[in-house]
Amino acid sequence: SRRGEGQDARAAGSCPAPLGTWAGEATVSRTHAGGPGPGPAPLAGGLSQPAGWQSLLSFTILFLAWLAGFSSRLFAVIRFESIIHEFDPWFNYRSTHHLASHGFYEFLNWFDERAWYPLGRIVGGTVYPGLMVTAGLIHWILNMLNITVHIRDVCVFLAPIFSGLTSISTFLLTRELWNQGAGLLAACFIAIVPGYISRSVAGSFDNEGIAIFALQFTYYLWVKSVKTGSVSWTICCCLSYFYMVSAWGGYVFIINLIPLHVFVLLLMQRYSKRVYIAYSTFYIVGLILSMQIPFVGFQPIRTSEHMAAAGVFALIQAYAFLQYLRDRLTKQEFQTLFFLGVSLAAGAVFLSVIYLTYTGEWHQGWKYAKIHIPIIASVSEHQPTTWVSFFFDLHILVCTFPAGLWFCIKNINDERVFVALYAISAVYFAGVMVRLMLTLTPVVCMLSAIAFSNVFEHYLGDDLKRENPPVEDSLGPNIKSIVTMLMLMLLMMFAVHCTWVTSNAYSSPSIVLASYNHDGTRNILDDFREAYYWLRQNTDEHARVMSWWDYGYQIAGMANRTTLVDNNTWNNSHIALVGKAMSSNETAAYKIMRSLDVDYVLIIFGGVIGYSGDDINKFLWMVRIAEGEHPKDIRESDYFTPQGEFRVDKAGSPTLLNCLMYKMSYYRFGEMQLDFRTPPGFDRTRNAEIGNKDIKFKHLEEAFTSEHWLVRIYKVKQLQNRETLDHKPRVTNILSKQKYLSKKVGSQGNYPTKVGSGLSGRW
Amino acid sequence: MISSFLEQYMSTTLQCLKLLDAYLLYILLTRALQLSYCLLLRTFPFNSLLSGFMSCVGSFILAVCLRIEINPQNKGDFQGISPERAFTDFLFASAILHLVVMKLVS
Repeated sequence: SRRGEGQDARAAGSCPAPLGTWAGEATVSRTHAGGPGPGPAPLAGGLSQPAGWQSLLSFTILFLAWLAGFSSRLFAVIRFESIIHEFDPWFNYRSTHHLASHGFYEFLNWFDERAWYPLGRIVGGTVYPGLMVTAGLIHWILNMLNITVHIRDVCVFLAPIFSGLTSISTFLLTRELWNQGAGLLAACFIAIVPGYISRSVAGSFDNEGIAIFALQFTYYLWVKSVKTGSVSWTICCCLSYFYMVSAWGGYVFIINLIPLHVFVLLLMQRYSKRVYIAYSTFYIVGLILSMQIPFVGFQPIRTSEHMAAAGVFALIQAYAFLQYLRDRLTKQEFQTLFFLGVSLAAGAVFLSVIYLTYTGEWHQGWKYAKIHIPIIASVSEHQPTTWVSFFFDLHILVCTFPAGLWFCIKNINDERVFVALYAISAVYFAGVMVRLMLTLTPVVCMLSAIAFSNVFEHYLGDDLKRENPPVEDSLGPNIKSIVTMLMLMLLMMFAVHCTWVTSNAYSSPSIVLASYNHDGTRNILDDFREAYYWLRQNTDEHARVMSWWDYGYQIAGMANRTTLVDNNTWNNSHIALVGKAMSSNETAAYKIMRSLDVDYVLIIFGGVIGYSGDDINKFLWMVRIAEGEHPKDIRESDYFTPQGEFRVDKAGSPTLLNCLMYKMSYYRFGEMQLDFRTPPGFDRTRNAEIGNKDIKFKHLEEAFTSEHWLVRIYKVKQLQNRETLDHKPRVTNILSKQKYLSKKVGSQGNYPTKVGSGLSGRW
Repeated sequence: MISSFLEQYMSTTLQCLKLLDAYLLYILLTRALQLSYCLLLRTFPFNSLLSGFMSCVGSFILAVCLRIEINPQNKGDFQGISPERAFTDFLFASAILHLVVMKLVS
């Protein structure tokens, strides 16, 4: 029966070596060539059915990795409650809610008139539907089985569940690249690594949560199809690619990395028919599948980001055809010359296409976008990455991953070329933008796992029992155990660091703030939700709320009111108009607000509690964006003092002290004294006493201020029914009053007649 | 060169491969027809045009893959893929391709 197990283990394609050795590539081939005998022999005495134990162990480890990844993401839910975090997830939640209540076709054709008033937004055509459809499908299936789960809970817990699936697909991918031990290590790493947790914590219902799973799974299927050359694996890869296209805009990474891989294989003379089959099928079927998503549309054949894939497709067709011809014709020298010449020409054409698309248009367009469009530049996630972020998000993995890369390059084969290219491109992108650290994390986990696996194999394996002991290895068992202990300590510190980072840095819902007193008790600041619910319950259903674009999704999600601008930021001029309204004085702002039909204005003010993310701190960005569209009306230099400082106290510039944002933030703040040590009207965030304490409004009135003055809502007053005059009325009576009065009273006695008293009484 | 190539081709290729090659030629002719329509008349229902193109190119590629996989000269490259398995893969892939093409046509 043991022999039967051994044969089964070998026949199952990519099944790994028997339990006795965590073997690298070389020892695997040796044990396989020798038959089932020498392989399991060392542990024959201890374990019967080693293949069975191996799969049980793998299953348990993967299950524990899933559990660890799931639990590690639950800090926010346990500390606060099951709530959607941040800004973008609120829009995703609202769309999913619409999908769950109205059905799939209603969602696909949804035109949202409650966002970007008065323009509206075509949601069906401007969103990646994968996330909403996944959540909606899970909700529907669970409700069909009569497990009644609210859609909000499905949305909150979707990302942690998919993190477990990401671990499993990383395991599969690393197992294809190296061996099963490295695969298990990679699965454990990616379950808890902070770089991935930051975007997939419970409550963060965003595209990246499912996109990383789709990415890893697509790459696994691609590696599998290049290895086997079978069309069915390639079709599975295309279907997984379709899921990725529906989930995230980062699918462009896949559609550029895979052609690059094929191109480098061609250059390295590793061309084989399997690569041809895999890539041609993948390109065609993947292309037509990716055009099914309305948001993507016809982009894959029009934009420059997709041209590399088309170029490589044409190149590989030409190469394969020439290979076929070369086999047929006998004129050797002429043929090889012809072959080389044509491939060089095709390569040159392809390189020029790459050069134009990457360095010419795309990269330049990207640089332009970063510098010249302030909206893109103002998002904090688009800043370049610092060294601290690398270590913070990846800990020791960032140090061991170059070692893994070196091992891969040293023992090169087709799929390790792929992972080397993946690593290099991911490192470049992660250095450009903080947000793209997320694409670096999976490859770092895989390569570090390979490095660790190699080290452990070297130092844990028992040399005496192998049939060929390695020649250079003459270390004593003591040194081996010391090295093993050190490695284990590193891994334990990694686990502690990951948990600490998750707990402290990435688990804040940012819709509920918490502060801790010096005796440890917790103070919850629930101002945001308080204000949004006030809006929901006390305003008309069709009221329009103006605020800065950061809060648009939250207002639409929680308060259910029409907003003017939100986080989608697709219309720069509309945002500039709102920015202009916030930075002008009250009269000019009132004109803009009347033209946009605004009923309420909402701002965030952090001066009472020292919250540094409030609108006064963002004010300069509002001015810059407004100046971009209306340079004659708004000038950024007007808001600074003559010395060039941005001050809110008496020395601040008068334009700043009279603008709408300033007045709305500090209305009645001058009467408030927070502390005996500071004067009334002391702004804790800017650490200054405000300059303009006596603020009066002509066209706005205060509607609501939350408990800690974080959110302030103002109602825009209608135009007055009757304009008050600002001059005294004219006197038109020219006759003297005295003469009339004496005549009438004298003739009739005491009875005053109507005419006389009327005349004297009128004025 | 071309005549010697044709002669060698007729004598050395198997019957089943020649059948597949005839199918490939038919697809190429259809593609040429579509291209001439596009150039001469109009491209207005763009997604229908695109789906027609994709259908042609896709079927061509899948047939070429099938031909490569069942060619007995290539047995060394593809362990574990018998001709029956190759044909099943071809059917599965064609089914998916044409499903998507039908969706795109409308």
